[in-house]
Formats: sequence, structure tokens, C-alpha cells
Amino acid sequence: MVPAFVSTLLPILAFVAEEGGEGGHEAAVQVGNGGALAQWAWLIVVVPLVVPFLIVFFGKKLPFKGWELAVGTMGFIGAYGTALLLANASSPIATEFTLEVGRIGSFAIEWGWVVDGLSIMMYFLVGVVGFFVFVYAKGYMEGDIRFTWFFAAFTLFAGGMLVLVSAPNLIQLIVGWEMVGLASYLLIGHYWEDYANVDAGNKAFMTNKVADAALFIGAIIMALSVGSFSFADMLAVVTAQDASSPLATFGFWAGLMLFIGAMGKSAQFPFHVWLPDAMAGPTPVSALMHAATMVTAGVYLLGRVFPFYLDPAGLFGGQVRVIIMVIGGITLLFMGLLAFVQDDIKKVLAYSTVSQLGYMVAAMGAGAYTAGLFHLFTHAFFKSLLFLGAGSVIHAVHSNNMSDMGGLRKRMPYTYATFVIGTLALIGLFPFAGFWSKDEIIASLYEVGIEGSGTGWFVFALAVAGSFVTAFYMGRAVFLTFFGEYKGHAQPHESSRVMTYPLIGLAAFAALAGLLNMPGIATPFTSWLAARRFPMGDVHAQSINWGLVGLVTAMLALGVFLAYRIFFPDRVTQAERDRFEIPVLYPLLRHKYYIDDLYMDGIVRPTMGPLAGAVLWVDMWIVDGIVNGAGVVARGLAKLVRWFDNRGVDGIFNGAAAATGGSGSVLRLFFTGKVQQYAALSFAGVVLLAVLFIIF
Amino acid sequence: MTIAQFVILGTALFSIGLYGVITRRNAVLVLASVEVMLAAVNINLVAFDVYLADQLYAGQIFTLFIIAVAAAEVGIGLAIILMIFRNRHDADVDELDLMRY
Repeated sequence: MVPAFVSTLLPILAFVAEEGGEGGHEAAVQVGNGGALAQWAWLIVVVPLVVPFLIVFFGKKLPFKGWELAVGTMGFIGAYGTALLLANASSPIATEFTLEVGRIGSFAIEWGWVVDGLSIMMYFLVGVVGFFVFVYAKGYMEGDIRFTWFFAAFTLFAGGMLVLVSAPNLIQLIVGWEMVGLASYLLIGHYWEDYANVDAGNKAFMTNKVADAALFIGAIIMALSVGSFSFADMLAVVTAQDASSPLATFGFWAGLMLFIGAMGKSAQFPFHVWLPDAMAGPTPVSALMHAATMVTAGVYLLGRVFPFYLDPAGLFGGQVRVIIMVIGGITLLFMGLLAFVQDDIKKVLAYSTVSQLGYMVAAMGAGAYTAGLFHLFTHAFFKSLLFLGAGSVIHAVHSNNMSDMGGLRKRMPYTYATFVIGTLALIGLFPFAGFWSKDEIIASLYEVGIEGSGTGWFVFALAVAGSFVTAFYMGRAVFLTFFGEYKGHAQPHESSRVMTYPLIGLAAFAALAGLLNMPGIATPFTSWLAARRFPMGDVHAQSINWGLVGLVTAMLALGVFLAYRIFFPDRVTQAERDRFEIPVLYPLLRHKYYIDDLYMDGIVRPTMGPLAGAVLWVDMWIVDGIVNGAGVVARGLAKLVRWFDNRGVDGIFNGAAAATGGSGSVLRLFFTGKVQQYAALSFAGVVLLAVLFIIF
Repeated sequence: MTIAQFVILGTALFSIGLYGVITRRNAVLVLASVEVMLAAVNINLVAFDVYLADQLYAGQIFTLFIIAVAAAEVGIGLAIILMIFRNRHDADVDELDLMRY
């Protein structure tokens, strides 16, 4: 046996490999353990956790001020992720390694790393998208006063996400979850000299905390019901359809709470408020946050425990699924509508992200594991591309507002071309990436409707309307930014190569990633994702439903056409555009459905006011009371000591002096200076002594 | 001759000297009275030395010391009185209260 401390120091010596297919559970596909490549996958997690410290301590001494360490880390993760992806493609891998680091009662606290289809996809995504974003960030952050610190926090951000996606249990997932939250807080508030940015960071942190509380509750219910924090143990109960398990009793609440946690990170209505404000951070942060890290965490969690929610027999979390689907549907349409009225190009993209996350969540709710995660996969590429493109524009015109842009098509050709590719991928035009993933989601919702679910039809309708909304706001953004007259003040020019090359790289992915999953033609992605230790049991389209494709394409054509009519600058004057400010609807959108105001006036201020008052009271009366009390006591003591000093100590000395002086003034009377008197007195003294001598 | 006679003579001389020291106003006479007192002491010492038949003759040797010391004392005393007289043209001890407080 290896001693405990050695196993703590050298995880690789003492890992406990739980290979797929073992333990009596029948896996959906034949899966292997991945060999040494999977064993050493812990490097993916550990490296980005160590590197931020190296950057902080040594970064400033390096020739590129720590950037090379950060981008090297992302390159390593990207390469390792690609290697795992290729290994998984040749023979499916589903395994996990755990290491006990502590124990609470009967609950083992474990650190480990999962290597299966889902986590491999996330490693790949974080590494590849992260690599492009980090390269780009060098150009974007050039000259920033906290350049080195930025890359340390940015690497930590990716590291936190990797802790999250490698987690084999809920505890590690929560640790990663909070690390991502912390890093995002640091990055959103990167320009903290402006107080609004600090506020945005706080808002993101606080909103996530509210949802995180639900996540903790869900994790605790889950652990108490199953007897372990491990996903594998939980999914084993689900797969066994064990109706006598406590999980069957508490499944609804555990599922609901976990989903609320996921809603916070994935910015689902009504927790979406933080994401648009998170645009206060530097644009590369937004790009990574909206693509591979942070917001995908919620969808990832739903994917990780997917069989629990799918639950066709309705024993466990099956009832939550309808809620998930409806929340996703509401989010995808209504948050998309908000993008109509935003002037800030990053906010348009932010609401777009919220809306696309709604698609993913709705897909999860509809039971379409592959479709939801495939959309996560493709969305990561085109959304990071769009953000980086927007960043390139912002970098050139020194403004976030589209009213300061326009006519950049000629001046920034690479940015324009890649942005348009990203847009086409996002709105889902055939054959770009978004087409394949989004249409599969819509098809899945359609299936749910066909099965006779009215809610399914409702969400299906929302999703179809959503594709119109997506096309409209993205068309608006493209037309206002790249066409017409230039309205800004700076002299825009194409960004440097360190920024355009990542755009081109991501554009290639955005254009082609969808080809990985073409229903009925080639679906390698489906089998990659199916490499799990438990059967996911999701339904996915066997062939392309051309009727739906036609419907959706018509919707997006309509959206682009309307955007063209209204916003193609040379056609329509501003006065004509103002006609579209429909009385009730426009203010509603303008004020974000008053949800932010509701939170601010309904929750934050009523809580903050009395809380601040209470804290002030405590401060004034208790803290100050203690301090002032101590002061009063000290002063009293000082008075006493002074009295003692003046009267006591000085009294002794002065008294001795006065006694000496007094006795002296009496005795000196004998000092007459008359010699004969002295002689007589001394003789009298002698006589006295003689008499005394004789008597005694 | 008995010891009592010598002791009475010493006592008488001492008393006369003491009276002189206390009552005389002239400093020279005071000094002379001191000499008388010393002489009384000397008589006492010699008388008891003989009476006790001291083998070491301590009383007589002490007498010689006292005579020598008295001679020195008179020398210094007269010099002081001379200086006082020169400064003040007066040697009245009643007026000499310079050492008063």
C-alpha cells in the first residue's frame, strides 16, 4: 500500500481508475479507459492552476510580460484536448480517476478528473478557443497597465473552468464553479478605476451567488439521497431505475435546485441580468466568458447529470425537465428581443449569448443531450469570433457604440469578413455551424411537440421566433457597424495581425464545425459525446427535416430582410427608424423589461438600505461604543494615576522636603554664632550625659 | 597627699577655666581660660597615673601630647584672633557672630 501522504503528493501513483463498462452498468457504447493519455489528463487541470502564480511572480521579468506563459498554457491544453478528441474519435473513452483528499463522516471528498466524451469536448473547447483568445488578447491588451496581472487572472479563469469540467463529483464541480466566479469577478472589474465596472463585477458575483446557494442546496440533497457526491454513483442509481432510493423521493427538489444553480452561471431568465453588465470587462474576457468558460458551465452541468433529468419513467428529475425547457424558451426569445434596442455592440452580442444559451437549455429540457451540447460547441466558436471581431472594431474606433461606427467594411476587411462569417453561423444559415446545431435543437423541440406536449409546441414556437429575432439583431449589428457612413471620430484601421489571425482561425471553425454533426449524413460528434460511462438515452434526429429547415430559413431571411430595410443606412433616415419605436414595446425593451430596476428597487435597495442602516447602527453604537468606552476608561485611569502621581509620589518627596525645611527652620535658631553659648551648651550636654551615666 | 586633693585642685581649675571661657568677652582671655581647663585635665591625668601606678605611664604621655597640642592650638588660635582683630579692630567674642545662620 502506498502511504496516504505519498498518494497525496503523487496522485498519479495512487489513482483509482474506474473504467467504463465496469460495475454492472451497461454503457451505451463500448468504451475504453484511454490509456496513458487519459491518466495524464490531470495536467490539463493542474497546469493552468500553477501558471497564474508563475505569471504573477515572474511574469514581469519575461520578454512578453507573462503572456507567453499564458498562451503556452492554452496551447498545451488545446493540443492535449485535440489529442484526446482524436483518441476518443478512434475509440471511445470514458473513464475517471479519483483521489480521496478528505472525508466527512461517510462522505468521501475526492479530487479527480473525468475523461469522457463530454469533458473531452470541453477540454478541447477551452484549449482551442482559449488559445485563439489569448493570442488575440496580446494585441488587444497591449499597453494596459495591468497586462501581466490580466493574463494571470485570465489563465486562472480557464483553470477554474477546467477544474469544473474535469470534476467527477459535485464538490470539485462547486470548487471550479466558484473559481470561475472569482476569476470572472476579477476580470469584469479589470478596469476598476471606473466605478461602474466594479459595480458590474459585483453584480455578476452577487447574482451568481444567489443561484450558487441553490446549487449548494441541490448538491447537499443529492449527496444525502445518494450517499455520495460522485456523479457516477448518482447516475448509477438513475440507471438502475431504483425507485426505492431516497433520490426518487427528493429527485424533483434536488434537480430543481441544481438547475437554479445552472441558471445562474448560464444566465437564464431571471438570472440573466449579470451577463450584459459583464461587458464592462476587456473584450477578450467577454469572448472567453461567452464561449468556452463560465456561461457554458450551467449547460455542462445539465449535460453531466443528463440521465437524471431525462428520466423517462419520471422517477427522478424528469418533472424538472419541463421547467428547464420553458425557462430556456423564455430566455431564448425574450432576451433576444432585448438585443434589438442596444446601441453597445458588445451588449447586442451579450443578449445574443443569453438567447443562445436559452436554446441550449431548452434543448436539454427537451431531452436532446447531443443537440444542446453541439450548440454549445459550435456557439463557442462563432460567439468568441463575434466578440473578438467586435473587440477589433472597438479597438479601432475607441467606442462601444454602434452609433460611432458604420462604413467599416472597407477599412477593416478582415474583421468585416470574419464578423460576417460569425454572424451567418450565429443566425444559422446553411451550411455554417449554427445551422446544424440550432436546427437540431428546433427539430428536437418539434419532436417533443409531436409527442403530444403542448408545452413542447409552445417552446418550439418560441425557438422558431427566436431564429427570426437572432437574424434581425445580428443583421442590424452588421449593417450599423460595417455599412453606410462612418460616424465616429477616431481614425479606424485594420487591427494588427496578432488580432486578425485568431479571427481567421475561429472563422474557419465557425464555418466548418457544424459539419461534425449532419444528421443522416455524418454524425461523428454524436458518437464522441456518447462516450459516457452511462447511457445518455437522448433522442437525436436521424435525418434532416427539410420542412423545418425551410421554415427556419424563411424566418431568418425575413429577419435579415427587415434589418436590411430598417437599418441599411443609405435607405432609411433616422426619423423613419424612430417610427419603429412602438409605444409600449420599445420602452419595455429599452428598460430590459424593468427586471434590473425590479431587482435594484425591489431587492437590492430595500435590503441594502436597512442593512446599511443596521451596520451603521452597529458601527456607531457598538463598535464606536467599545472604542469610546475604552477611551473613557483609559482617561479615567489616567486621571487616577495623575492624582496618585501628584498627591502620592510627589507628596512623599515634597513632604520630606517640607519636613526637612521645617525642622531646619526650627533648629537653626540654636545656631546663634556665639562661641561661648556653644561652649556652655556643649558643657551642659556633657553634664547631662554624666548625670545620665551616673543614674543608669 | 591624697588623690582627693589633686582631684579637687583639678576640678577647681577646670571650673575656673570653664567660667572664664563662658563669661570673658575678650577672645584672648577665652583662649587663656581654655589653657587653664587643659591644665586641669593634665593634673587629673598625672594624678591618676601615679595613683594607679600605671606601668606604661599612659597618663603622663597623654599629658605631654596635650601640652604639645595645646601649644599648637594657642598658636593657631592667636593667629585667628590677630586676623579678626586686624579686620574688625575688635576681639569681642560677643560681636563675633559671623557663623550665625
